[in-house]
Amino acid sequence: MKSRHLVILFVVLVGLAPAVLPTFQVTLLNYIGLYALVVLGLVLLTGVGGMTSFGQAAFVGLGAYTTAYLTATDQLPAWLAWTSGSAWLSLLVGLVLTAVVALTLGALTLRLSGHYLPLGTIAWGISLYYLFGTSHTLGGHSGISGLPPIELFGMPLDKGEEMFYLIWVILLLAMWITQNLLNSREGRAIRALKGGQLMAESMGVNTFRSKIVIFLISALFAALSGWLYAHNQRFINPTPFGLSMGIDYLFMALIGGVANVWGALLGAGILTMAKEWLQDLLPLIFGDKGNYEHIVFGLLIVLIMHKTPGGLWPMLVKLVPARLRQKKKLLPEAGKTEAPKLPQRNLPERGELILEAKDVTRQFGGLVANKEMNLQVHAGEILALIGPNGAGKSTMFNQLSAVDTPTSGEVLFRGASLKGKSSRDVANLGMSRTFQHVKLLPTMTVLENVAIGAHLRGSKGVISSALHLERLEETSLLQEAERQLKRVGLGDYLYEEAGSLALGQQRILEIARALCADPCLLLLDEPAAGLRHKEKQALAELLSKLRSEGMAILLVEHDMDFVMGLVDRIVVMEFGEKIAEGLPEEIQTNPAVLEAYLGGAD
Amino acid sequence: MNLQIAMLLGQDGITNGAIYALLALSIILVFTVTRILLIPLGEFVTFGALTMYAFQSGQDSSIVWLLMIMMALDAGLDLKQLVTNGMEARKAQWIGLKLAYAVIMVILVETLPLQEIHMAAQVLLTLMILVPLGPIMYRIFFQPIASAPPLVLLIVSIAVHVAMVGVGLLMFGPEGGRTAPFSAATFQVGNVMLKSQTLWVILVSLFLIVSLFLAFERTLYGKALRATAVNRMGARLMGISPDFAGKATFALAAFIGVASGILIAPITTLYYDSGFIISLKGFVGAIIGGLISYPLAAIGAVAVGLIEAFSMFWASNYKEIIVFTLIIPFLLWRSINSSHVEDEE
Repeated sequence: MKSRHLVILFVVLVGLAPAVLPTFQVTLLNYIGLYALVVLGLVLLTGVGGMTSFGQAAFVGLGAYTTAYLTATDQLPAWLAWTSGSAWLSLLVGLVLTAVVALTLGALTLRLSGHYLPLGTIAWGISLYYLFGTSHTLGGHSGISGLPPIELFGMPLDKGEEMFYLIWVILLLAMWITQNLLNSREGRAIRALKGGQLMAESMGVNTFRSKIVIFLISALFAALSGWLYAHNQRFINPTPFGLSMGIDYLFMALIGGVANVWGALLGAGILTMAKEWLQDLLPLIFGDKGNYEHIVFGLLIVLIMHKTPGGLWPMLVKLVPARLRQKKKLLPEAGKTEAPKLPQRNLPERGELILEAKDVTRQFGGLVANKEMNLQVHAGEILALIGPNGAGKSTMFNQLSAVDTPTSGEVLFRGASLKGKSSRDVANLGMSRTFQHVKLLPTMTVLENVAIGAHLRGSKGVISSALHLERLEETSLLQEAERQLKRVGLGDYLYEEAGSLALGQQRILEIARALCADPCLLLLDEPAAGLRHKEKQALAELLSKLRSEGMAILLVEHDMDFVMGLVDRIVVMEFGEKIAEGLPEEIQTNPAVLEAYLGGAD
Repeated sequence: MNLQIAMLLGQDGITNGAIYALLALSIILVFTVTRILLIPLGEFVTFGALTMYAFQSGQDSSIVWLLMIMMALDAGLDLKQLVTNGMEARKAQWIGLKLAYAVIMVILVETLPLQEIHMAAQVLLTLMILVPLGPIMYRIFFQPIASAPPLVLLIVSIAVHVAMVGVGLLMFGPEGGRTAPFSAATFQVGNVMLKSQTLWVILVSLFLIVSLFLAFERTLYGKALRATAVNRMGARLMGISPDFAGKATFALAAFIGVASGILIAPITTLYYDSGFIISLKGFVGAIIGGLISYPLAAIGAVAVGLIEAFSMFWASNYKEIIVFTLIIPFLLWRSINSSHVEDEE
């Protein structure tokens, strides 16, 4: 509640600003607003999604040039004549054009990993800039002048104070939309892009789609800023849309705090004010005119990257007393709103064959990691896959969960072959898994981490998330996550950061996340590793209970006490082959198994 | 277009391409060893060219004071380290030597009649002033964050580039410069005039590429750097200092950058902010080589030079657009080849 008061105070201050500040300061605030809108897109793209773009200035240029061309050209070609010089119709055209360009560039470059993406954005950023500068229709390097002001309800906004309100209303709306989007089902998928793509895919998230979505949103924010800029200036030339401005936008994001919506505003504010101030101050030091503020900015960024790579916003937040920083409760009070329970999958009949591996062989070059492996898992049964280190269990696990494809043989899940299916597809079919090396998003709350598991059980998209029209479904999803967390015994940790849990608890969290997907088959990769005795007992109880409800469970495990007391059947592997299969008692006395584990008796 | 024009354009293209190839190689070298994309490489090129121009035109050579300042900062950091880790006579001596070097350079530049000395001496002096800036740059800006995520390294690299462009303006002013060619001779091949500077560029580039290759294949230090490139932790456990590897590669890159600048200064007019576009073209070559393969990168860079020269003839306004759009198909090809989902930090 307290932070909401701060936001309201801020909005009131912004609303009063033009009434009390001199025109010069209002102009500066206009620029800050325009820049912050672009930087907001970068926060979403770089800070949250982990994709670096130096090309945002080019999108600003697309928005600005579209409106400049449409509103300031005397004779438009016939097919564009319908825009009739209206700034609002030009905005529409600009946004559509930007969306088309962004989707094309995104489809080409967003699959790139590592450094290729930033380099790619530099390349098309430069290309678009030169295109603006060389095209005669767009006025070449001298640009286009004589743009009309934006008209609102028949009133032209031709003063800085009037543009101020338009710019800041749009900016605050954009911030609201972004914040909403991040706190939603789609937002969790977006936040998983940075460091959790493998996990998200296996929970059914289409990570490529999420990337395209934030790329598109950030491009549209930039184009919107360009439209406002063009009508604020009333003339444009290519300079503000070049690569150096693209770099400045990224610097603003980094200075402010690249992972936070408010960081965008802070960064844009600091850089704009500092530039203004340094341009007055530096010529006094260096004696003549020049862009010497770049030296200071460059060194400032280096300093920030060395000392606080997260930017200045997190530092500011730390200064606020702890009681004002209360974590937001995502769930409504118990009994207040009853969101409908999520629909559940019809579990298969007990004893029905769920997963079957038929002669699965996987070769890596000359190495045969799995050789003609056969196994079956039935509904209401726990099967353990055991074997010494290097026996090929993990490879087998990958074949079963469709992460990898067998060289020959096939895996059937509920009668359908997994050939050509992605981990996303099998998640949709009802297979859910945990990871040997825990994969969760350490800075997100436990509750949100688990809610990612329910991704496929919600359907509301980006637009309803951005406008918060999906609150009922969101509550259902979060309540489901809460239910699963209580079920596995983590009910007290809903709002902790997932990274602060002990390793054993993190493994349990993964099970809750897998359960959230409402699966009929659970694949658990060493679930008991790192657990204490009591925790193991609790886990065994939970798994038995799931079994009695008709769930099929396959686990890879090293802890023999845990396995022997719990599971129904065991498959033992060595050197990529199955050497034994049977009830726990049989396996314990099987000579081949004893030899594999303890060495020969000779 | 007739053969004569084609030959002229080809000559231009190969000259520029050779420079881009040198830059592409040092970009890959620095990237594989330190994971840093060395955006400021272009500034070494312009600094090299403009320092030569300052010598020849008798302008104020204040760049040597940059060396003095940076060296003093570096020595300060060394001293701080010495105080915290305990004094060692050898290291203290080393600090003294570094400072003495900078002072000698300042005295040389301030007292020598720079306009009159032989061009070889000017070249040598330029290299001696600028190349030490490479390792110092690594020491001050990158060494403290050597294990940071790649994005942070990239941002710092860009920030250093931005600061260096500002420094370039401060040192050399907004006017560009073109230096005297190494020799005035021209050669007649068929009916085409070959400028001797073109031959200089191509020969020196080839020489540098071959010696780099030999250094990496045949010497222990070269192998140590390659080992760091393959596996940093492993190399470290084998006693190869990552700090040394970083400084050494930055020294090499600075040397190649400055040498490229000196080589092309008689051919093109360079300004304080020309470096970025030049190094980006090196990057296009490096990307074509996948940031790994040296020969592919070299071929790609020469191709960039040729395409640039010929598009200058056919569509001079769209020269830069053509060159930079060129990497999109290569990026596309990479993206088709890497369709798997990756987790990165």
